[in-house]
Amino acid sequence: MTAPTSLLTPRRGTTGRHVRNRVATVGIWLALFIVLVPLVAVIGSVIVKGASSLSGNFLTQDINKITNGQKLADAFAKVAGKQSTQDGIKPAIVGTLLITGFATLMAVPLGILGGVYLNEYGGKNHFARVLRFLTEVMTGVPSIVMGLFIFSIVVVKTGFSLGWNVSGFAGSLALGCLMLPVVIRATEEMLKLVPNELREASYALGARKSKTIVSVVLPAAAAGIVSGALLAVARAAGETAPLVFVIGITRTTNTNIFSGGNVALSTEIFRNALSYGSYAAARNRAWGEALVLIVIALTFTLLARLVTAMFTRRRAA
Amino acid sequence: MATIAPERPRSRKLSEGPKPPGRERDRVFRWFTFLAALLVLLILALIFVSTVNQSWDWFSTRGLRAVFSSRWNQKVYPRGTANAGQPIPGSGFGAWALIFGTLYTSFVAILLAVPLSVGIALFTTDVGPRWLRNPVGYVVDLLAVVPSVVFGLWGVFVLATPIRNVYQSVADFFAGVPVLDKIFTGNPLLGTSVMTAGLILAIMITPIITSLTREVLATVPIAQKEGALALGATRWEMIRGAIFPHSRSGIVASVMIGLGRAMGETIAVALVIGAAVRVSPALFSPNNTLAAIIAQNFGEAQGIQRSALIGLGVVLFVITLLVNVMARAVLNRGERRLAAGK
Repeated sequence: MTAPTSLLTPRRGTTGRHVRNRVATVGIWLALFIVLVPLVAVIGSVIVKGASSLSGNFLTQDINKITNGQKLADAFAKVAGKQSTQDGIKPAIVGTLLITGFATLMAVPLGILGGVYLNEYGGKNHFARVLRFLTEVMTGVPSIVMGLFIFSIVVVKTGFSLGWNVSGFAGSLALGCLMLPVVIRATEEMLKLVPNELREASYALGARKSKTIVSVVLPAAAAGIVSGALLAVARAAGETAPLVFVIGITRTTNTNIFSGGNVALSTEIFRNALSYGSYAAARNRAWGEALVLIVIALTFTLLARLVTAMFTRRRAA
Repeated sequence: MATIAPERPRSRKLSEGPKPPGRERDRVFRWFTFLAALLVLLILALIFVSTVNQSWDWFSTRGLRAVFSSRWNQKVYPRGTANAGQPIPGSGFGAWALIFGTLYTSFVAILLAVPLSVGIALFTTDVGPRWLRNPVGYVVDLLAVVPSVVFGLWGVFVLATPIRNVYQSVADFFAGVPVLDKIFTGNPLLGTSVMTAGLILAIMITPIITSLTREVLATVPIAQKEGALALGATRWEMIRGAIFPHSRSGIVASVMIGLGRAMGETIAVALVIGAAVRVSPALFSPNNTLAAIIAQNFGEAQGIQRSALIGLGVVLFVITLLVNVMARAVLNRGERRLAAGK
């Protein structure tokens, strides 16, 4: 690979190959710091700008009634001074939690069942291989496509569709479709780690396969599955694209997920930034919403880490 | 996994008598798990069928021009008028410029993200101090937790204004240089541009490429690494001579999955790319992508415009599906080879 002279390397760090080695090492460290910059910058901005919005009744009030396009500028100008007492984001917080919650209720049980099929029943047969491959591919389907899909099959009134109109539930369906392959993959990976001896011991006691899976295999993998599901929830809570045109809009809290427009933190941030970005009040509201959204997503991520940590400690013991 | 559940003996006498307990439940459970797994296939098929169904007006009236025309001027008669939803003369609904914009921004993102991701992956497997490897993995994963809309918000309100000056000086530097002055320029030169979208996308796809690359790097046999070091290779020579040849196809596949993510990323791009549909190599001027234009315009869209926007979604779905299928096939082949060759 290198010139014969390098065999007689006199001192480390003087020949070209050692210099190159050092350059590469520095480059790799540099990559790490370059990635840290945007992470710190983004989270820092959100905390600094978001915290100043979180005053008064921001978390408990309805969203200010600013809808009419023509009067938009006036409305924002009026509100700008006393925003903290009038404006709020409660409907968006409630919407995010409800929509994500329902998506979780649908996607996690189905995802676990799917993972069980792939690992416990399908194994290496052809059909399971195809399904496993499609599950991996499905994790790469863009979230906006999921939104269009739910719009085309649930919301719209024409063609090949259920025609249910916009609702929080349509958003839950879109998020559920995004979460499903993630949960299936996580479940399968965790089931792979369950030692076969456990299954065999259960069979030896006369338990049937379904009984074995439900009372031996799944409990053994529970922590890992819960952790994977929590990560999927954290991702889903921040998704905007699948929700933005299937959940509609509301300014008051709508706890009925099955009918009427709804609103989520993510879609609110998008709307405020895209359409009303030139108004200070809208911008402040968006930063406040971003802070709340990041806190929600981080909470689920930390929970997942906590569960994993407990799991690994128990395994080690 | 390979364990076979003991079957009860199937003698004629048993089947005549009462059925053994739990057998039905066993079968029902199996069917439930099977249906849940089948749901994936069903959803993928339904995505295609339903979106094509809703965009059929666009595909059928325009044929190949739907995809290969670069004229995009989405004007339709407004709601409440006689021809509501019909195209106004002079409008056009061709996807080509948007396909270009999608490929261009994701290409910029990949160029920026790949060195970073592979660097960090190497840091966490071979280069970094042992105590720092796992924390770095966690921190990079944190980037994946930040919602896309928050990146977009930051990009448009914090990054876009100051970075315009950087773009201006880069454009000044390359002014007059042939070819490069067509790329490093803006017309108009703005903070919301292809480059800003590429930067934000690069940040967003770094975690996924890093974590997939880490998995690939972890499969390099330790004996090969130690062999290289024992022959007197420096660490960088070990990386180039032992790690890269072994994991090249896996890294390429990881990058392709990152590419698929970048092409499908919607909200952040919609906020920072500035919305101008055109085939132009100018890095510092606004452009648009398939995903972003859907998010920007779908709310008020109707008639042929809505049909065309859903059609853009179909185009995006097909492109990302192809990229992901290829990438996953390569990754799986590597895994199988590893399992067989051990």
